[in-house]
Parts: sequence; C-alpha cells; structure tokens
Amino acid sequence: MTTSFRAMVRKDIQMFFTDRRAVLMSFVAPIVIASFFGYIFGGQSGQTAPTRIPILIVDQDGSAISRQIVAGLMADQTLDGKLSSLDAARTAVRKGKAIVAILIPQGFGADAGRALFGAAQKPEIGALYDPSHATELAMVQGMLAGSVMESVGSQVGAQVRLAMPYSVRQEAITSGSDTAYNGYAHAFGGMGVQFILFMGIEAGIGILLQRQRGLWSRLRAAPLSRGALLGSRAVSAGLIAMLILLVLFGFAWLVFGVRIEGSLVGFLGVCAAFSLMTATFGLLIAALGKTPEATRGLAIFATLVMVMLGGSWVPTFVFPQWLQNLTVAVPTRWAVDGLDAMTWRGLGFAASIAPIGVLLLFSLLFGVIAVVRFRWEADA
Amino acid sequence: MLEAKILKKSYGTVVAVDGVSLRAAAGETVGLLGPNGAGKTTTVSIIAGLTRPDSGEVFINGKPLRGDTDPAKREIGLVPQDIALYDELSALANLEFFGALYELSGQTLQRAIAEALELVGLAARVKDKVKTFSGGMKRRLNLAAALLHDPQILLLDEPTVGVDPQSRNAIFDNLETLKKRGKALIYTTHYMEEAERLCDRLIIIDHGKVIADDTLQGLFRRLPVTNLLAIELQPPEAGPWIQQLQALSEVRSAEMCDGVLKVGMHGLSEGAPKILQWLTDHGHSYQHVVSERADLESVFLTLTGRSLRDS
Repeated sequence: MTTSFRAMVRKDIQMFFTDRRAVLMSFVAPIVIASFFGYIFGGQSGQTAPTRIPILIVDQDGSAISRQIVAGLMADQTLDGKLSSLDAARTAVRKGKAIVAILIPQGFGADAGRALFGAAQKPEIGALYDPSHATELAMVQGMLAGSVMESVGSQVGAQVRLAMPYSVRQEAITSGSDTAYNGYAHAFGGMGVQFILFMGIEAGIGILLQRQRGLWSRLRAAPLSRGALLGSRAVSAGLIAMLILLVLFGFAWLVFGVRIEGSLVGFLGVCAAFSLMTATFGLLIAALGKTPEATRGLAIFATLVMVMLGGSWVPTFVFPQWLQNLTVAVPTRWAVDGLDAMTWRGLGFAASIAPIGVLLLFSLLFGVIAVVRFRWEADA
Repeated sequence: MLEAKILKKSYGTVVAVDGVSLRAAAGETVGLLGPNGAGKTTTVSIIAGLTRPDSGEVFINGKPLRGDTDPAKREIGLVPQDIALYDELSALANLEFFGALYELSGQTLQRAIAEALELVGLAARVKDKVKTFSGGMKRRLNLAAALLHDPQILLLDEPTVGVDPQSRNAIFDNLETLKKRGKALIYTTHYMEEAERLCDRLIIIDHGKVIADDTLQGLFRRLPVTNLLAIELQPPEAGPWIQQLQALSEVRSAEMCDGVLKVGMHGLSEGAPKILQWLTDHGHSYQHVVSERADLESVFLTLTGRSLRDS
C-alpha cells in the first residue's frame, strides 16, 4: 500500500473520529436503540418474566360452571385475568388497558351442559377485543376452549372427564437446547445495519462536500489513480463499518450476554461483506448525488426503506409472503439474516456463505455503478 | 517549463475555453486576467489535469501531460480558488496529508512542512485546528499545502479572494519569494492591481478566448495614452493654443475639461517636463498638477469595449 493510499485512509478515519456527531450516531445511538428493541422483543429469555396477556372476565352467569371457567382462566400463567363488569370491560378494551374481555352470559352453565350432549342450541361466549391485538385474541380463544371443555365436562356429571387430549412441550430452537433465545442479538444486528448504512451515507456525502469545498480538486491534482482515490474511500468506510459492528456486538456480549453461537468465521465474514457493501453504497451515493444537501435526504429515505424491508426493525417473517419474497432483493435482509444465523440461531459457517456471497455481489454492483457514474471532471 | 497549446473545452453548448494557448518559464509570473466566467478557472483545471480538454495539450518541460498518474503532475502545485483544507484537522495534519499524496513521508515530509510553514509565516500555529484560523491565515495555509512537493509550476486560482489587505500583501510577498526561487507562476485574478503588481506577463481572457498576451508595458502601449496629466491652469482659459500644444511629439491628446487641462501622453518622465515647460514658455501659469496612469481596466476597455468590472 502506497504512502498516499495509507494517508487517504488514515485521514478519512481521523475525520470520522473528529466528528462527534458521527461518532455519537454510529456507536451510541445504535446501542441505545438496540438495547430498547432487544428488551421489547424478549430480551434475554429466562431472565425476564414472560409478558402475560391482560384479559377481563365478565361473569354474568355465576353458575358453578362459569365460576370454574373463571378460575381456570385466572390460573393460566399466560393470562393476567381480572373480573370486571361489562361496562368497565368495554371501556378498558377501548382504552387499550385490556386486550380481550370474555363475557359469560347468564344461563351459560345450564345451556352449555345441554349443548354438550344434545342438539340444544349452543350458548355464546362474548369476546370484546382490541383489534390491534388479533393474534392475542386467537391465543385467548384457545385457552378459553380448553377451560370451558374441562369445566362443563366436570360439572354435568359426564362419565368421562373431558379435558384437552394433549399437552404442549415447548422448546425454543436456537443454537442449542441449553441456549435461550436472546432478543438483543437480533436488535443489535438490525440496528447495527441501520446505523452503519447511515455512516455509509455520510461517507458518500463527504466526497460531495470535498468536491464542493475544492478539496477534491487538490486530490485530483496529485498523481493519483482513480482507483486509489475511490478505493481509499471504500477501505476507510469499510474499516469504520467493521469497527462499529464489532463494538456493537462487543457491547451486546458484555452487557446482554449476546454470543456468537454459530461460526465466528462466518460472523466475521458477514460483518466484512456488509462493511464492504456499506462502503460501496457510500461511493454510489457520491456518484449519483449532486449536492450534499439534496443527496442526504434522499439517501436517508432510501436507507430507511432498505432497513425496514431488510428486517432490521421487525423480523421479516411477520411480513406477508409476497413481501418476504421481495425482500431477498434487499441487501440488508441478507445482512440481518446472516448476523442472526451466526448469533442466536447458532448456525455453522455454511449458513453464512449465501449472505456473504449476496452482500459481495451487491458490493460489486454498487461499486461498478459508482465508478461508471462518478463525475471525475472538475465542475464547470 | 509549462506550455498549453490551443486548449478547447465546452460544456454542452457553452464554450468555456476556446483555443487558449499560454506558456510560462521558470521565474516568470503569468497572469490570467479576465472577468468572472471568462474561462480562467477552466484553463487552470485543464493544466492541473482536473479537466480533460476537448482538444489541445499541456506540456510540462516539453512532455505532454498524460493521465491521472503522470509523474509530471508532481511538477505542478495547485492552489484552488476555494480554501481546500480540512477545518477539523490541525495545520500540521492537513500538510502531512497533502504531502503524503505526493508520496512524501518521514523526515522529507516534515522538512517540507517546516519550510512551507516558514514561508507563509504559520509555523507558530502548526498544531492549531484550521477552523480557528482567520481567512487570511487559511489562504496562506492553502498556499503552503501546494508547496510541499516542491513543484516547479504553481497554479494559483484567485488565491487572495476574500482576504484582508495585510494578508494579501503577505501572500504577494510569498509569491515573489517563490518567483525568485525560480518557480513558474500562473496567477488567475480579476483584480487588476494584483496582476499589475505580480505579473511579468498578462494573458487577458474574455469569453474563453485570449484577447491579449503581453507584458504590462506592452499592453499599455496598445492604449492611445498611458499617462494623463491633469493641470489646473490659472486662469482656466481655453484657446487655439491647445492645438499648438497637441502638435508636440510627446502629446497624444489635449483638452480642457471643467477648467482643467487634460493632456494624454506616452511616458510621463519625458513628456511631463516638456509640457509644463511649454505652458510656462507660452504664458500659462498653473497651480496644481496631477498625473494619472493607465491601468489594466483601461486595457480591457480598449480591447473589448467593456469595463472589466462590469463584465
């Protein structure tokens, strides 16, 4: 590496660390936000109490059957059940204080017993629910079904005790049977990807600023190749990106117990490939942008779309299938999936090959477009 | 040392440089004078290798300049119109970086930095961040950054824009020192006073074309008069004697304006004594005499029919 190339890389890194705002945005901001998201999305499983679904139960029947149903629901560890009046329940659901209110109508116990063995009309149990929590409604309905079957069966004198004919043994499939899921792993990966791309934008904008301030003229006046000029920028941005990722995961390792449960080589490979992609993304911005001011807003918008579709904010499996299929064309999806695979999923090196390969292909694509479209000439 | 031949450059339909040729020898300061948008900066950009000309070539020491990495670019030092420095870095860090671009390192680089800073008088501020510098100091550091690799040719693109008179004089002193050291200086400006003070030869550019290339004296010779003598006569009387005065070989023009006799001539030292003697001999007394010298503004006006400042 020549003196000039080293100097350009060193200067870029020096400039990055003299900019307090850039350092804050690249290191502190993702740590703060990832810590928050990590906690919200499960934190370190086993160390935090599982969130219970708040429900209200309105028992208008007061029969032995309904009282047993109420007791069953109240005893369920996944539910936070409380008795309520109908009006209070309706108000609580509307205000979001409760997700579901179960309404057991008068006469339910008697009607349910008859409906169990005969052709009598089935009584209705009302469910008032918060429409933004439809998933939880389905869970509560399942638990309610079990409780009703058990209560009705035992109270109507059935010869055979009715109960759910199975139980569920739950096992979270992570890196190993003894390793709990760590929500911080995904959060730090996702936020790292997002904020590193922001850094990439700033690296690109930096070139535009250099052009605007005449610095680019001074660089171009020196006997330096175009490859050296852009390559040094890519190397410096790549090194900074790699450093940010390592610091973020280092912090997550120290504070939240995030571990590289999969292949360390694969993890470093994904980090390096994503860092390179970020660097070429910055060059692309410098090549396509006109002025720093106009370019920054557009680039941030494009990045936010990319990280959103890539699963940095919420995992891609919650997307509709067509959108999940679409996001394979988004490089951040591969970065996030690759980091997930090497951290909490605990997959081997083979699982990192596809993300690394795709990220390198995106790097190549961005790099080629940047070189072809770069405005080498001095502005008129 | 530097020669540019028939440079042409257009941006779309706008012709920025239209057949500009120039040369600069060692120890010579060549001024590129012209209004804003005349093509000065584009010409400098082509010479520095920042812009590829549509046609024409640049020669350094007789060899054509080829490509981005041509070693001959080491012979050129560019002082851009903008203050091309990193504000957040110290003067030293800036100079270390710009020196390294020319593969300078170690003792060689430190020696070059020390010499450049000494020349521009900023050695005491070497560790300070550039953002703490005044405009004039930044301009001087801007100059220093172009000197580190000891180029033989300096391209100075309006290097004194926005600086105070004191800093401007300091920069002029620096440039005169560099000229004495044998550097060839190409100096673009639209300040006529600067061009007159610094330049051995002046190339006047307008609308991308060279309209004059001569020494200052040579350019003045193109003017009808180079000096104007304003004489307040006592009493201020016009008369047929003015035609007799015009017949003197030293006199190019003579007229009475608001009671002041204005006599145009070439060469004040020869002409003025003879004219004043002639007036005394012919019974005209005077109480106040002022001489005015033609300037580049007059030259530009004569050559283009437009004022340089108004262009």
